[in-house]
Amino acid sequence: MNLTTRLPGLMLKNPVMPASGCFGFGKEYSQFYDLSELGAIIVKAATGEARFGNPTPRVAETSSGMLNAIGLQNPGVEKIIEEELPFLRSYDTPVIANVAGSTVEEYVKVTKALNHSKDIAALELNISCPNVKEGGVQFGTDPSLAKEVTYQVKEASDYPVYVKLSPNVSNIVEMAKEVADAGADGLSMINTLTGMQINLKQRKPIIANQTGGLSGPAIKPIAIRMIYEVRQALDIPIIGMGGIITAEDVLEFLLAGANAVAVGTANFQNPLACPEIINDLPSMLKQYGFYSVEDAIGKGHV
Amino acid sequence: MITKQLLKINSHMQIAEDTFEVVVQSPLAKELKPGQFVHIALPNHMLRRPVSIAGVDTQAETFTIIFKIFGEGTRELSKYQAGDTLDVILPCGTYYPIDQLEIDQALIVGGGIGVPPLYYLAKTLKENGVKVTSVLGFQSKDQIFYEEKFQVLGDTYIATNDGSYGTKGFVTDIIDEINPTFDYFFSCGPTPMLKAVSHQLEGYNGYISLEERMGCGVGTCYACVVPLKQDPKQSKKICKDGPVFSANEVILS
Ligand SMILES: Cc1cc2nc3c(=O)[nH]c(=O)nc-3n(C[C@H](O)[C@H](O)[C@H](O)COP(=O)(O)OP(=O)(O)OC[C@H]3O[C@@H](n4cnc5c(N)ncnc54)[C@H](O)[C@@H]3O)c2cc1C
Ligand SMILES: Cc1cc2nc3c(=O)[nH]c(=O)nc-3n(C[C@H](O)[C@H](O)[C@H](O)COP(=O)(O)O)c2cc1C
Ligand code: FES
Repeated sequence: MNLTTRLPGLMLKNPVMPASGCFGFGKEYSQFYDLSELGAIIVKAATGEARFGNPTPRVAETSSGMLNAIGLQNPGVEKIIEEELPFLRSYDTPVIANVAGSTVEEYVKVTKALNHSKDIAALELNISCPNVKEGGVQFGTDPSLAKEVTYQVKEASDYPVYVKLSPNVSNIVEMAKEVADAGADGLSMINTLTGMQINLKQRKPIIANQTGGLSGPAIKPIAIRMIYEVRQALDIPIIGMGGIITAEDVLEFLLAGANAVAVGTANFQNPLACPEIINDLPSMLKQYGFYSVEDAIGKGHV
Repeated sequence: MITKQLLKINSHMQIAEDTFEVVVQSPLAKELKPGQFVHIALPNHMLRRPVSIAGVDTQAETFTIIFKIFGEGTRELSKYQAGDTLDVILPCGTYYPIDQLEIDQALIVGGGIGVPPLYYLAKTLKENGVKVTSVLGFQSKDQIFYEEKFQVLGDTYIATNDGSYGTKGFVTDIIDEINPTFDYFFSCGPTPMLKAVSHQLEGYNGYISLEERMGCGVGTCYACVVPLKQDPKQSKKICKDGPVFSANEVILS
């Protein structure tokens, strides 16, 4: 079974990669399995300077999912380049850096800093984080801001740029078109949906930030629908994500039009989620009548 | 080395109101140190539940956990039976660094579900020849567990919030009353208790163990951070850098 899939700047041996923010910078999960098994790795967001993030509690469990409001805590792009990314060199798998910021200038600063790293293969431009006060999701919900930041980052970057879309919009196709027009090499979708959970005993939201981003199987139908709609309108490569737990879920994303997939929340439930999915892919694809991963991409459209 | 294992439950029994003791078979048991926890997956739950190690039998290759029903997940866990399989990540987190400390006398201060890890600690200290004094707090008489087991290890004092057993009030009331002598204190329990105890015992050397809602439980997601006293802009992860911290290292909120 041929599991390879080709995207701009990324020749992947299989379509499965851990999603940003759900895998740190790889060290912890490298204790559980050989990271070379992964199609690629998307690491935690990088901002211009170190960020402390939001107060705790930062997570809450929901039906078939979870809320998080981490607030982009990270040691800053320079430290990430010097202290975190070199660890992943010894693995035979491409690394995708996740770029975040509060202003266009910060996004560009992070992008330029990452040009100096030889340890990455592409950028994922995070314009969709719902958990920070400034920037983040604002860029992802205003089409003209999204276009502007995509254009500037694309100008500044030596690497292919995948723009990560927010599902917190009424017209996902319009957003996709804007960032595609601005030169995005690909899309990554979806980020989390803004949600809230209230503690009955304490009579207040569980998450200190009050709202958090919903992820996990609860959001999968939304991700599938959005990828399907964008694939109807555009040919642009898509890394699909949102609630993937099994190899069957991966096929559903491929059928909707994703060229590769990312697995987020499932890593928390099962640290071996990614390798187990990769292991199950060949027989599952065969069972549904496919001879390769690329064979299945977009085949769910009527 | 941290791993995920499917482990057999050897025994599962209720030991106090809403409180259960579970003995689990694992070849890794002998590597589990006092203060560390295991991260347990439950069917139909997205996130695992962190539970402390309350004891280890190296001969039988088993470890013990003690938990109280708090919400849906722990209720589910209370329905397991001997012979069932548990999906566990272990060992998680840091341990009380007792091998690196010069201790003759230790003060153990535990509250509620903070008591289980302290039993394993107290037992290990006693085996190392340390004199142990334990001060334990529970909500009420029905919730008390392991009193006799602690008594075997040294002087043991109990406080209940409602006064239904022992001293009425908090562990801090007992500490005031008995004025114990010790080189190090070790405390685990609800954050308000940890704050009160750290405040009361300021100036003494001690270690505390913290709780926070967790995502991954292994150090990747930044869900469980605690700010540092030295520089509140810096933080540590409770799941990986903790749950055990030096008493004056972190800011309790
Ligand atoms: C390091 C550590 C060690 C622990 N050791 C023990 C122990 O030995 N015995 C014991 O009874 N309990 C222990 N706890 C607390 C235990 O994890 C919670 O009581 C349990 O997670 C509650 O789950 P639930 O589904 O019953 O409650 P729910 O409220 O339904 O849980 C919802 C979510 O909140 C999380 N959550 C709720 N309360 C806590 C809490 N206090 N700490 C962390 N997460 C929480 C749950 O894990 C779950 O993700 C420990 C917690 C930590 C962090
Ligand atoms: C705890 C947590 C932290 C996350 N951090 C980031 C992040 O730093 N950057 C980003 O682009 N997405 C982040 N995400 C979003 C995920 O990458 C992913 O898009 C989303 O969770 C949906 O996938 P899932 O349902 O498989 O988790 C985070 C998600 C979670 C649960
Ligand atoms: S729970 Fe994920 S870093 Fe601690």
